[in-house]
Amino acid sequence: MAVIRDVMPAFELLQPNSINQAQKLLQQHGQDAWILAGGLDSFDWLKDRIRKPKFVVDLSGIEELSGVRSTTDGLEIGALTTLTEVARDPLVKENYELLSQAAELVASPQIRNQGTIGGNVSQDTRCWYYRSGWPCYRAGGNLCYADTPDGRNREHAILHASRCVAVNPSDTAPALIALDAKFVIRTAKGERVVSAEDYFIGPDIDITRLHILRPGDLLTAIRIPTTWARAQFYFEKIRDRNVWDFPLMNVASAMTVSGDTIQRIRIAVNGAAARPLRLTTVEQAVVGQPINETTGEIAGELAVKGAIPLQFNAYKIPLMRNLVKRAVSGVQTTPHPTAAPA
Amino acid sequence: MGFLQWAIDPWGHKVPIHIAWFLIWAALIAGFGFLVVHATYLRFFARKKEWAADTASPQIIAAIPRRVPRHSPVARIFHWVMAASMFTLLFTAFLPKLGVQFPWVTYHWIAGALLATSVVFHVIHASFWLDFWSIWPDTIDLQDAVRRFRRFLGESAPAPRRFAKYPLENKLFHLAIIMSGLLVIVTGVIMLSRVRTIFFARNPYLFSDMSWGVMYVFHGLAGVGLIALVITHVYMGLRPEKRAITKSMIFGWMSRDFYLKEHDPSRWVVTPVPSTQKEEG
Repeated sequence: MAVIRDVMPAFELLQPNSINQAQKLLQQHGQDAWILAGGLDSFDWLKDRIRKPKFVVDLSGIEELSGVRSTTDGLEIGALTTLTEVARDPLVKENYELLSQAAELVASPQIRNQGTIGGNVSQDTRCWYYRSGWPCYRAGGNLCYADTPDGRNREHAILHASRCVAVNPSDTAPALIALDAKFVIRTAKGERVVSAEDYFIGPDIDITRLHILRPGDLLTAIRIPTTWARAQFYFEKIRDRNVWDFPLMNVASAMTVSGDTIQRIRIAVNGAAARPLRLTTVEQAVVGQPINETTGEIAGELAVKGAIPLQFNAYKIPLMRNLVKRAVSGVQTTPHPTAAPA
Repeated sequence: MGFLQWAIDPWGHKVPIHIAWFLIWAALIAGFGFLVVHATYLRFFARKKEWAADTASPQIIAAIPRRVPRHSPVARIFHWVMAASMFTLLFTAFLPKLGVQFPWVTYHWIAGALLATSVVFHVIHASFWLDFWSIWPDTIDLQDAVRRFRRFLGESAPAPRRFAKYPLENKLFHLAIIMSGLLVIVTGVIMLSRVRTIFFARNPYLFSDMSWGVMYVFHGLAGVGLIALVITHVYMGLRPEKRAITKSMIFGWMSRDFYLKEHDPSRWVVTPVPSTQKEEG
């Protein structure tokens, strides 16, 4: 891992107090600008001196970016709302317990108090080769150091790898995909709303980014429709240290059930690829099926179809199979202890 | 503004990793710049073509068919397969760098494999079934090039002779394509060992970081070179006075009139020499 030097490179700090002002600054400085929300990902990059932006646009003074608001079609969560606020918000807890659970399982209480939901979904990958400043594909180079015969790749991708095998580390991302959330982005051309699953991109599309934000763009809010409010939810996160860690893998599902039969379902997994994966094949296969062990097993098998393990992460295949199985068949049972809110 | 992008490898060495991507724009400007200059020259300044007197006998000329066969079906198929794969390679390589995003890697290596295979086929086909030397510049081409250049400068020089099967500019273009094409293919085939394909087990440690960097630089340079070459080629193919040549790559033949206007029947023999002629010769 890189040595944290604790002395950040010099930059000009810009502190806008409105979305318009922030967007203008980001537009003006383009690739030279760095967006600072909670700062938890940013300060790593800056203190390691891997990233040396000329301008840092600090969003903390923009009030309209914070808070959970009720809308005619569900909820709108400002991108700067902290994870603690998201996890504890009564509206979220009451209607979208899935997101509440996912936010509650992010890192530690201190980090959740500071980290924002916008930052959580937009954070960069944790691949240490990349974060150490090695000239890998994701950093603009021409090699993936993790995808080599002796690369340290225990945490890396088993699906959809394309040259780079880094994974997305967000816990809230799969929950938002399962809830069919929409991401509101302010661009130079105006407001753009994209579905949660389209917000994330893999290395086959753009190897240098995990999401669609381009220089000058700003994620302002996340809208969750009522479609899946109070559905049956399942969230489970597997990590090395249960008190505080990034996910090795997590799963989120939302389903509606009639009797024992699955009527509708959305399911997403993160930590398996460079973007959180919505498992549409699984969804199609289990709709109309009873919630039981067999359906869960079918779902698990379908989920890992096409998975290619690296040298040290073959364990992720049975892990994903079992997570998906539990997310489909175990909705009405108690989730895995690590998923239980503290 | 350097022509290459550099990085520090894990061992602290400065290594090249790519060409600088502004070279894409440089190649586009060079290609379209040539097009504008050439079209302007031909439209406003070029003199009428003049040729040296024919040397072919009247019997040979009389025996030339109405449709002069120029490209065999196999040669034409090769050309268009190569063209399709070349366009796919260029678009998949450079559009993402210009901001058009799509999963390009798979299309790129498949098109690259197709190009490499078709070029291997072409080399064998041209060596054993076609007139191998017809595409290489010969002494007469060089002498005529000097004549044309001297006449262009206003000096007195004999008129150039008509072309053999291929005009000199075709031959020079073919040479440029050979060099850039082989460079991009050889480096590209080696680079396949860095991505997941059906051909090789991945082995990113085949070469040192420096060697890999040089390979990527050559691949990029040949690639941007091909942008300019392809623009030039397409432009030439669309020019009215070259249309007969382009059509021959589609239908396989060119008209007798065009053949006699531009080509020398004694340098590009399309009909068997009559027996009387043989005896006389």
